[in-house]
Amino acid sequence: MAEFHQSRKRIIQLIFVGAFVVIAARLFYLQVVDIRYRQIANAQAIVRKLVYPTRGIIYDRHGRVVVNNTALYDLVVTPSEVKHLDTTFLCRLLGIDMASFRERMEKIIRRNSRYRQSVFAELLPPDVYGRIAENLYQFPGFELVERPVRNYPYPVAAHIFGYIGEVDSATIKRSHGFYQAGDFVGKTGLEKAYEEVLRGQRGVAYLVRDSRNRIQGSYAGGIYDTPAVAGKNLYLSLDIELQQLGEQLLQNKIGSIVAIDPQTGGILAMVSSPSYDPNELSGAERSKKFSRLFNDPELPLFNRPIQATYPPGSTFKPVDALIALHEGVITPSYGYDCRGVYLACGRPIKCTESFPGHASNLYNALAYSCNSYFSQVFRFIVDKDHHPTQGLAEWDRYVNDFGLGKKLGIDLPGENSGYIPDSTHYNKIFGRHHWNSCTIVSLGIGQGEITETPLQLANVMCIIANHGYYYTPHVVDSIEGDPGFYFRHLIKHRIAANVSDTDYDIVTRAMAAVVERGTATIASIPGITICGKTGTAQNFAIINGKRVELKDHSLFAAFAPREHPKIAIAVVVENAGFGASWAAPIASLMIEKYLRDSISTSRLPLLHRIMEANLIPEYMLERKRRLDSLNRIHDQLEAMKAVKPKDTLIP
Amino acid sequence: MESYRHTSTELIKPGVDKLLIALYLLLVIVGWLSIFAVEHRAGEDVLYHMMHLSRNYSRQLMWVGISMLLALVVLLVDSRIFPALANLMYAFGIMLLLVVLVAGKDIKGSHSWLVIGGFQFQPAEFTKLTTNLALAKYLSRLDVDFSTLRSRLIAIGLIALPAAIIILQSETGLALVYLSFFLALYREGLPGIILIIGFSAIVLVLSSLLVEKHLLLIIFSIAAAIVIYLMRRSFRRHPERLLLILLIWGFCSVFVMQIVPYIFTHVLKPYQVTRINVMLGKASNPQSSYNVLQSKIAIGSGGFWGKGYLKGTQTRYEFVPEQSTDFIFCTVGEDFGFVGSMMLLGIYLIMLFRIIQIAERQRSTFSRVYAYGVAGVVFFHVVINIGMTVGLAPVIGIPLPWMSYGGSSMITFTLLLFVLIRLDADRQKILR
Repeated sequence: MAEFHQSRKRIIQLIFVGAFVVIAARLFYLQVVDIRYRQIANAQAIVRKLVYPTRGIIYDRHGRVVVNNTALYDLVVTPSEVKHLDTTFLCRLLGIDMASFRERMEKIIRRNSRYRQSVFAELLPPDVYGRIAENLYQFPGFELVERPVRNYPYPVAAHIFGYIGEVDSATIKRSHGFYQAGDFVGKTGLEKAYEEVLRGQRGVAYLVRDSRNRIQGSYAGGIYDTPAVAGKNLYLSLDIELQQLGEQLLQNKIGSIVAIDPQTGGILAMVSSPSYDPNELSGAERSKKFSRLFNDPELPLFNRPIQATYPPGSTFKPVDALIALHEGVITPSYGYDCRGVYLACGRPIKCTESFPGHASNLYNALAYSCNSYFSQVFRFIVDKDHHPTQGLAEWDRYVNDFGLGKKLGIDLPGENSGYIPDSTHYNKIFGRHHWNSCTIVSLGIGQGEITETPLQLANVMCIIANHGYYYTPHVVDSIEGDPGFYFRHLIKHRIAANVSDTDYDIVTRAMAAVVERGTATIASIPGITICGKTGTAQNFAIINGKRVELKDHSLFAAFAPREHPKIAIAVVVENAGFGASWAAPIASLMIEKYLRDSISTSRLPLLHRIMEANLIPEYMLERKRRLDSLNRIHDQLEAMKAVKPKDTLIP
Repeated sequence: MESYRHTSTELIKPGVDKLLIALYLLLVIVGWLSIFAVEHRAGEDVLYHMMHLSRNYSRQLMWVGISMLLALVVLLVDSRIFPALANLMYAFGIMLLLVVLVAGKDIKGSHSWLVIGGFQFQPAEFTKLTTNLALAKYLSRLDVDFSTLRSRLIAIGLIALPAAIIILQSETGLALVYLSFFLALYREGLPGIILIIGFSAIVLVLSSLLVEKHLLLIIFSIAAAIVIYLMRRSFRRHPERLLLILLIWGFCSVFVMQIVPYIFTHVLKPYQVTRINVMLGKASNPQSSYNVLQSKIAIGSGGFWGKGYLKGTQTRYEFVPEQSTDFIFCTVGEDFGFVGSMMLLGIYLIMLFRIIQIAERQRSTFSRVYAYGVAGVVFFHVVINIGMTVGLAPVIGIPLPWMSYGGSSMITFTLLLFVLIRLDADRQKILR
């Protein structure tokens, strides 16, 4: 009888097929039609992790490593994995109190969830790292993660290298997704100027994680990963030992040294004083140290060689001489009978020398830095066309040719252009036709409105040393793996006014006389002919609302040796007095060090006298004292705050 | 039998269905590889874990070994032993289920496990075999006329008894499996109207769950009114038709308004209600919907060709819960994609058709009923298990035959199939 129902086999088969078709259709929808599930799966299981390249290393001109990478450690925590924590012990190792421990933990959980790893304490000082590493097994959920930071084998040249810091939101926006919050980026100096070269290329690694966010290895065997490309190394024209000497010479002084190789424009040394150890702004307590430097009245973060401007004073006189010779308003034998004061313009201009004949010709006038002589020469230039506006414009053109009043284009950020006044400037002050060569005569001796950066002053020395051209000053000579950089970078600027070699020879001879028998005999080095020029610049400051004349800036500009110039140098020591007393011997020692590689024993007493001298002006010391006492009170308050909760919290 | 003196291999070989054995081996291998894929990590010492049974895949291999040993025993015994021992085994199965009620252990919210010598064993799996044998035995008795109501009720009773005890063990999912024996009953002559009514009831239940009950009442009323209007001319000659329509309308209304709410509040456990609601998309139980969502993500992310063996991320890194047991299909779906899933479904469908073909070539009613029982159980398991992984069926936690990790289901399904193969080998005999 049951056999009669054999036809029902068909119906049963139909039911089977029907059910399977429904499932197959559903699978088709899930796996082929709807791509959403693939995206969800990738979002859940695949982690896109950025791989940071190592930043490029920086070498000096002799291949010595001057900026390197080292590793510090961050203490990171995954809150969900923290178990049986001896909080008091950990707090003691870290030097924090329970309250801030709890605060940090809550912040981490709120921001980044319990299951994700977050930084608990960043850039641990080495001693703290050591203590925690020893006891890490007692703190499940905590881990020490390596983090590369900059390291400076020579604690100098902070202003040149600059520093790196966390990227700000404006830069993140501008980078079109390259930077992410928390990335480190060059903030100043070479780190900023060569950020794109130094940073390298970030890689991306795709990792697989499980449902509890634990990394399980690379995704798909790493075929989608892009490796990080390390940053390129920089080779500088800088001589780190010369830099070191410069910083020692300028310690406890405010000022700058710029030394350039006139044959390439490469910066040999560029000292800004006061300075700081670049290692301070890399690593633990970075932000605290930064704010101290930031608030220091001596402005240690200010890169004086390219950012500070000074009246050049007498260091400007060689340029005057070159213009006058080329314009033909004087010959080298022209003399001026100076008796210690220039009276031709009514208002007396004092001269440092008064013995007769100190301005009997150009050589003497420059050697003894006669103010009367160069005031007269300047007036010759301005009055040559019987119209001061035209004369000044002519003078401006020359001065501009010499790289003044404009940025030179050094490969460091923040360069200042200095200031060269033109006729519009004076028309505004005095009115059209209401001024003449006498009104502006102080420009001739580098005073008045004219200002230069120490870099520009050193560059003028390059032009004179080269007889009419200079290369754009630069710190970086070459970049690893970019052989074209050197030639692209080496830009020669020839002075438009075709001053003849003879004129240069005359001025060079006069400048050699400055060191041989003139104002800067202190700078002379046996066997090396230095061509230089001292400068003593009047300056003022606003102190407590009053304009106060401060002690003169001490300046010296030079190049050496005369025959084949290898170094051009400018030294400025603020509020230190005569150019000859401080700037000239400093420049001389720098030249000796660079050309001879060492300081002769006979000059060591001079070296030590300068190194030990404290020339910080009194008003600055006063400001510092005031800030220090404020800081002390601040520290005491902090200390009290830190102690109080500890007492109340620990039972 | 005495006239034949065969060596053991010859004893097995003639008449043994090679296709079924091949499909069985294929499923076991695919299943084992899937379990392996879930747990295996690159660089892991596979041999070590094999020796120490420290992974699911190593233990599963042990279960496969034991199952095959038992299968060999089944193939070696005289096929007459099955009808002979059917009732005894049924009684033994019921006894085991009762023992579980008393001495069972709670594992994952179900009271259905016996722990013997460190091994966990689920008698509810095993009784599928014994129930099937007993059903076949009963329907093949010469004095049973399946067209009578009495015999039908006894047959249904044979099925309902173990199911009822299993429900008491909080394993509703496994109890529902016993519904699949109705397939065999249908083949043996249970009126199709019962299946249709059953199907209609399912539609009614579903609609009562999905649609607001008052709206449903209005729909029923309008439908009844339309039918009455259309049939208004025939009522004069057949007034009983009007009565029937009104009765159906009344039953549906009462069912929707009273019975379903009553079942939901009094009969079903809260977790079952949420599972049904989650399946219907009416509620989102965090755990249950998480499981299904993760399962869908794993299968869906496989795409057309799949990610490749051992390359799935969702199934390998603990995103899908119960990965090796209830949700083993996800591994196939993720690693081998739509193509692989279709091939697996194909293997099951070929197997089911082959079983039906085998059933129809039996001379003995016992063998035929038994075969249809196997087909029903396998069909139910495959459709509900895969349906649950793709979000078509509620998560009732039943294994995928021969693939899911677990000794009880592996042994039960292997025995279920090899008893059939053994019976089929003797298909010329009339077994009672």
